[in-house]
Amino acid sequence: MGNKEQVQLINQNGLRVDGRRLDELRPIKLEVGVLNKADGSAYIEHGRNKILAAVFGPREAHPKHIALADRAVVRCRYHMAPFSTDERKSPAPSRRELELSKVIRESLEPSIMSEYFPRSTIDLFIEVLQADAGTRCAGITAASLALADAGIPLRELVAGCAAGKIDGKVVLDLSDVEDKKGDADLPVAYMPKSNSIGLLQMDGSMTEEELKQALDMAINACRTIYEMQRDALRQKYHIERDESEREEIEEVKA
Amino acid sequence: MSATHQPSPVAKLEQKTVRDLILKGKRIDDRGLLDYRPLTIMLGTVEKANGSAQVYLGKTRILAGVKIQTGTPFEDTPNEGILTVNAEFVPLAYPTFEAGPPGEDSIELARVVDRGIRESKAIDLGKMCIEPGKKVFVIFVDVYVLDHDGNLIDAAGMAALGALISAKMHAFEVKGGEIKYKDTKIPLPMQNYPVPITSVKLDGSVVIDPCLEEEQVMSCRLTVTTDKSGNICAMQKGGLGVFTPEEIKQIVSSSVNKSRELREKILSKVN
Repeated sequence: MGNKEQVQLINQNGLRVDGRRLDELRPIKLEVGVLNKADGSAYIEHGRNKILAAVFGPREAHPKHIALADRAVVRCRYHMAPFSTDERKSPAPSRRELELSKVIRESLEPSIMSEYFPRSTIDLFIEVLQADAGTRCAGITAASLALADAGIPLRELVAGCAAGKIDGKVVLDLSDVEDKKGDADLPVAYMPKSNSIGLLQMDGSMTEEELKQALDMAINACRTIYEMQRDALRQKYHIERDESEREEIEEVKA
Repeated sequence: MSATHQPSPVAKLEQKTVRDLILKGKRIDDRGLLDYRPLTIMLGTVEKANGSAQVYLGKTRILAGVKIQTGTPFEDTPNEGILTVNAEFVPLAYPTFEAGPPGEDSIELARVVDRGIRESKAIDLGKMCIEPGKKVFVIFVDVYVLDHDGNLIDAAGMAALGALISAKMHAFEVKGGEIKYKDTKIPLPMQNYPVPITSVKLDGSVVIDPCLEEEQVMSCRLTVTTDKSGNICAMQKGGLGVFTPEEIKQIVSSSVNKSRELREKILSKVN
């Protein structure tokens, strides 16, 4: 990965450049229902990543010939804003963005009950406003919330997180500098209840043992993020009740 | 935008046959679950290219060519040559392959092959610099799919590796930023040999090296690229299904073993 001017990424106290422990996540902030016109939307800040996700649909397939008779077509666009990176990124979709759109769609489709919406499309847009390594995973975390916000029946929420290797050690959730100067990156998307992995990529160099360790580390982090996703949904969809209603419920329970 | 693929109508009819066989631990072409199809590789089939390799993996046929030219280096790597991998799904290979700009499947294939070569540091790109920041060699690897019978990623990865190890360029000297070519020919500065191995999940069973019918029925696939030391240098999951962590660990182990065998076979062609 990247060019190797030797940079120390882990100090003698075992802490990383941003002060995190080896298995510590960056701070994550999730918000559901942030856009007006989209059927569902979510915003994520994961470290310095700032990403918006929006869902339109299920809606009539257009053009018609793309429709499937027995399920909805899921479409996905992952895109980075020109100002999201150090050097300006051309707004035209790069080969990287086309590949990521595909693997992100493939990671979310298993969670969507698309069989309920034949002949329609579910359109998913992920816009990276600021990129700080791990955008595909953070994008998946936000997109899954946007799908739930749109009221699309899901088998489960999907959470995304990467693990990797820096200075010869397996670590969780690489930051920008760790991704560029580190040894390996392993993005994972995971559904905790069904114990299933919908996205798995890797680049760099790892032994079989390191890889297995990193995979377990990423899966554990996905479990944590999954709980945060549930909290974010509760934040938006908790039901406000007045005193008398609450008493009524208590009575029924008793 | 990336959209759910239209299912192949043939696949629907064949699905049952493939599935029934898998449940009995058998495959449609009589292989065992962890048997790889016979691999044939021929190096140097296209003389005008710097390097080339033709791979037959069962009935899948892929030709890869290497062309070496000069160009400007990237700003963040001024002292390194440039590697680019491109894949063409040629219309003569399969009924639904169409001419035109590359689709997401060929982009994914090219990027997975690229990742294996790049991350394993197969080519010593530091030796491909002519004048730092100004002029470097650009190594184009073009993968041509000629006949599609499944597992294009593995066939493409091995064809690309074969083309690179067979590649020859004129020896050169750099004097005051000017490049002087000599008459002798030298190979590329190869230092690693990545081999991708793909497995797919089919009705809960994992099979290696899927043929086309199996790919059309599969729930998902996982490609694991291993380098000469047995380290993993690239991975890619594809398809609409999901793996359990245990399945992934099992596939990684079997891929590391299989790649060793295939790497020996490819390298035996050069010496």
